[in-house]
Amino acid sequence: MSEVIATDRPPEGAADRVAEFRPSLIVGEHSLCPGCGEPVALRILLETLQELGIVERAIGVVGHGCYGSFVRIMDVDVLQCLHGRAPACATGIKRVQPAAAVFTLQGDGDMVSEGLAEVLHAAARGENITCILLNNGVFGDTGGQQTATTVLGQRTKTSLDGRDPVSHGHPIRIADIVAGIDGVGYVARGTVGTARGVARTKRMVRSALETQLAGKGFSLVEILTMCPTGWFVGAPQGPDYMEQSMARAYAPGELRVSLGDER
Amino acid sequence: MSSSAATSGLELLEGSTAIARAAITAGCRFFAGYPMSPFTGLLESMARLLPGSGGVCINAQSEIEGVNMALGASAAGARAATGSCGQGIALMQEAIAETALNETPLVIFNMARNQQDYFQCTRGGGWGDYRTLTLAPKDIPEAVEHTQLLFHLADRHRIPTILYGDPLIAQTRIGVRIDPLELPPLPAKDWALDGSRGGTGHSRQIWTWAMGKATDPGPGPDRHWQAIAEKFERIGAVEQRSEGFGLDGAETVVVAFGSAAKFTAHVIEELRDAGHSIGHFRPITLWPFPGEALARATEHARRVLVFELNAGQMLDDVRQHAADRSAVLPIGGVSIHESGLSYGPLLDVPVIRERILAAMRGRRRLAARAGLSAGSRG
Repeated sequence: MSEVIATDRPPEGAADRVAEFRPSLIVGEHSLCPGCGEPVALRILLETLQELGIVERAIGVVGHGCYGSFVRIMDVDVLQCLHGRAPACATGIKRVQPAAAVFTLQGDGDMVSEGLAEVLHAAARGENITCILLNNGVFGDTGGQQTATTVLGQRTKTSLDGRDPVSHGHPIRIADIVAGIDGVGYVARGTVGTARGVARTKRMVRSALETQLAGKGFSLVEILTMCPTGWFVGAPQGPDYMEQSMARAYAPGELRVSLGDER
Repeated sequence: MSSSAATSGLELLEGSTAIARAAITAGCRFFAGYPMSPFTGLLESMARLLPGSGGVCINAQSEIEGVNMALGASAAGARAATGSCGQGIALMQEAIAETALNETPLVIFNMARNQQDYFQCTRGGGWGDYRTLTLAPKDIPEAVEHTQLLFHLADRHRIPTILYGDPLIAQTRIGVRIDPLELPPLPAKDWALDGSRGGTGHSRQIWTWAMGKATDPGPGPDRHWQAIAEKFERIGAVEQRSEGFGLDGAETVVVAFGSAAKFTAHVIEELRDAGHSIGHFRPITLWPFPGEALARATEHARRVLVFELNAGQMLDDVRQHAADRSAVLPIGGVSIHESGLSYGPLLDVPVIRERILAAMRGRRRLAARAGLSAGSRG
């Protein structure tokens, strides 16, 4: 880190430099597309586990989507579960190991399409678990089809002329719904399209996990993540596209907070 | 009632309560379920008894949520179970296959309405090369034993196991003792998730695809699923259980499972007392089907009569294993109580006796026809 990097030629060691920023809990290269927001969210999550000092009691439950491949590169205990059922599995884990820090990693297809019942009932039970939703508004893993969170007007392979509410219904704002359920300790929505968004989202993930550790009930952080491949835009356009589409439909911010002044 | 040696120490318990107590005796500490008759009593018993035993019972919002909760609890090392009747277990099939393929032990109580779930229990409805070890008790005392055995076998082989009960086992009462079963010790669950290896490069993973971590690669789906298939083949060879009587040289062998076998055994004892050459064979494990024992039991039989309360499901397994396939004849049939929740008039000693005698008189066609039209009788 201390050596001087020459600026009169392309930096030969650039890749290594980037790698040095990788948290030690990421033990391999991810295999997702250029411009994807999900690896950013993974890094936020794993860094936060380390900063809170809870790695050795962290248990993850990972659903099905592109982020499922993270199971190979995240160095924490993981149950790779069935599509949509992560909050149910996480409930079983937490109830028999109350001291564990239990989180789920789910996409919008996983949590809001396939597994809506599981997340709502886990929230209503006030389960002391933390659900992380990676919301990119498409089924990325299968190549860009409409999910329950696809925004109106968004073109997908199964809404070719854009999501039209008459034909395809309306997107579900899951974080807003969960924030209205008794038993919920913390709900927030962040983005990873900008450096500011990343920093803010990281604070949200920390607050969610702290809520769990304090036994204050269910916590959810919805993270808007870029999917340029599934949105059919270039990788560099991902963050701007997200700001103009998803971030307008899903306003970032904290929606429910129960850990009060003590923090 | 006067106390006698036969009844001393017995408690009058409903089957559901006896099974719940047996599960807790076996170390079950997590249960999640959704009400459905005749399973409901077991859920109620678990909700009543588990919390006082250091366990957790959750009212699931669906059978799908219940089985996945139990999967999670088991992944974290607890002895866990769920249940329903066949209709609800239909919803659990994906997760049951998942537990087989990711090697998470799980006990599933199918407190069924009848015997129409034989295929569901023994073939399953999930995806992949897996089987579900299924025990079919004939009565409540045996269900108490089987419940404990199933938790042991689930852990020993890291597989899903099923108790196939019915309304007679779930909803009737009998004097019973919940004696702990003597079972050999099992290795510690060093595969269970607890987070403790996080950050070491060797954190634990439970994954149907068994890909492992970049720092600790797993076998991957090809080798993992081959190993699973080989494991079930081994289990199929070593876990067959059955019982019978009067089989030595019997001309007629009657095959039945579960509660129905209690009825057929009674009829056959009567017929043997009357001098008939007839024996009884009861598969106790439905999967693995006790095929070798059945082949031996039917070696000299002129006819093998299959009595089951369905359109002919175990019949397939009997035909596959009987010494002479052409000697196998169904004498059961679909027979449902008007409520839809239990057995119909076919589960009755005089009816069974009539069918067996008709078949023994060589009236195969008549017996077969009677078997198919059982639902409209009586």
